[in-house]
Amino acid sequence: MSSIPAGWEAVIGLEVHCQLLTKTKIFSGASTTYGAEPNTQADAVTLGLPGVLPVLNREAVTMAVKFGLSVDAKIAETCVFARKHYFYPDLPKGYQISQYELPIVEQGHLDIEVDGVAKRIGITRAHLEEDAGKSLHDAFPGFTGIDLNRAGTPLIEIVSEPDIRNSAEAVAYLKKLHQLVVALGVCDGNMQEGSFRCDANVSVRKPGAPFGTRTETKNINSFRYVQQAIDYEIERQIEVIEAGGKINQETRLFNPDTGETRAMRSKENANDYRYFPDPDLLPVVVTAADQERIRASMPELPAAKKARFESQYGLSAYDANLLTSESALADYYETVVKVSGAEAKTCANWVTGDLLAALNKSGKAIEDSPISATQLAGLVARIADKTISGKIAKDVFEAMLAGEGDADAIIKAKGLVQITDEGAIAAAIDAIIAGNPQQVADYRGGKDKLFGFFVGQAMKATQGKANPEALNRILKEKLAG
Amino acid sequence: MSLTPEQVQQVAHLARLELNAEMVPTYAQQISNILAMVDQLSAADTQGVSPMAHPLGLTQRLRPDVVTEPNRREAYQAHAPAVEDGLFLVPKVIE
Repeated sequence: MSSIPAGWEAVIGLEVHCQLLTKTKIFSGASTTYGAEPNTQADAVTLGLPGVLPVLNREAVTMAVKFGLSVDAKIAETCVFARKHYFYPDLPKGYQISQYELPIVEQGHLDIEVDGVAKRIGITRAHLEEDAGKSLHDAFPGFTGIDLNRAGTPLIEIVSEPDIRNSAEAVAYLKKLHQLVVALGVCDGNMQEGSFRCDANVSVRKPGAPFGTRTETKNINSFRYVQQAIDYEIERQIEVIEAGGKINQETRLFNPDTGETRAMRSKENANDYRYFPDPDLLPVVVTAADQERIRASMPELPAAKKARFESQYGLSAYDANLLTSESALADYYETVVKVSGAEAKTCANWVTGDLLAALNKSGKAIEDSPISATQLAGLVARIADKTISGKIAKDVFEAMLAGEGDADAIIKAKGLVQITDEGAIAAAIDAIIAGNPQQVADYRGGKDKLFGFFVGQAMKATQGKANPEALNRILKEKLAG
Repeated sequence: MSLTPEQVQQVAHLARLELNAEMVPTYAQQISNILAMVDQLSAADTQGVSPMAHPLGLTQRLRPDVVTEPNRREAYQAHAPAVEDGLFLVPKVIE
């Protein structure tokens, strides 16, 4: 991540388009399933055929309210849809139905953390609108192909205050927002499929000076690209100004192959969109009672869950943060704790350590884990009741990963039950002491480091199954002579 | 307020309307008259009156999130000038 040169400050605001997880479109009962054959989900309303009327999807309103409540925003009691006019073939009506003066959500905020420093990013507004279709420019010589399946998919556009000062903060904000909308169940968060996409408004200035002219880089669809695009734009703008040039207010596109942005078209003036209230739609009213009903239906949010994990399970902030980064992971962890009855910290170590490492290695999501939460709980329970040692547990874990069955079955089949019989451990140690007189003499002569040698020999003699505490204690006693 | 010929052309361009040069003075006059009427409306004292988004004093009814529209692509594409692989074809759009 490149740093901003001394004497300069960047001012960044983000607009995030977030596709809502409704079954149908915002203004019609056509399906929104991703990946269908082109135009098979484009009904008369989506196509903008004459005489059709939009009818608002209740679930889209509910989801927008959920988002607003989750960022402590004001939910407008009355909000209004407006037409935003522009001409492009993926927008059959010649206008997008959006919200302008009276959006559904205003004045919220999201708290982020970068390098341990907390910062509050303001959310100016979030409004409901319809997505456009898709254009395919390269498939047909002389023509552009239009697929309107996506047109009419409900979106919330979430607009931040220009509170962000560098790409690291921008990425932290986006990740937090992403985590939030996924946890709320209002968006699937799939950036590759365009369910969560970001426009970055970037300008630079001398600290304390008025805002510089900003550029808007459109449709950036990964966290890494957002970081790259912002870093590139900051550097480019500073270079232009230091060379005596001026920044044009323009729309730019990010090229992932080069990591650069390039000018797309000069931004039409805001009033060229000729916004006006859509006469086909009446004002939408969300009452206080509606809000409370919706609030009651919301899941526990990531920030609250993190705090609960710290207090209820005594986890470190780091572990709590990691385990609540995805709700599926948090659920997995809570199942392990509940089913195993083992210490919460031990469970956290297994989930954040061995399990996540194995999932990372195989590129699997927690939902597709080859070891279920109940299975992992079965393993952790055997460590807790001292059937096996933590060391042997690693081998059992590998076997479980390879699909050899539940922990108990593997422990039994491989004869891995821990030796807790102190008589048996003592007998093994006696044999080692008898067989290594020189090492015993050296140890007794002050070479403390040799203790490790004896532990190794004893473990070897018991195939690693000796209870480590008992082994250490008995070995110490016997070596002391 | 009266519109210049350039403003008339600009508004026509935004609406993708083609105007003959000889039509421009007529439209300039007509649109200026409309704006004069708007000025007259603007002169009314509206303090304490909240803006009205819709002439009906009603609120929007909401629809349940249930799929009701089947695939009717064939019918909808029957009157499209050009279609291929299920896509509508339009003259190449250059970015």
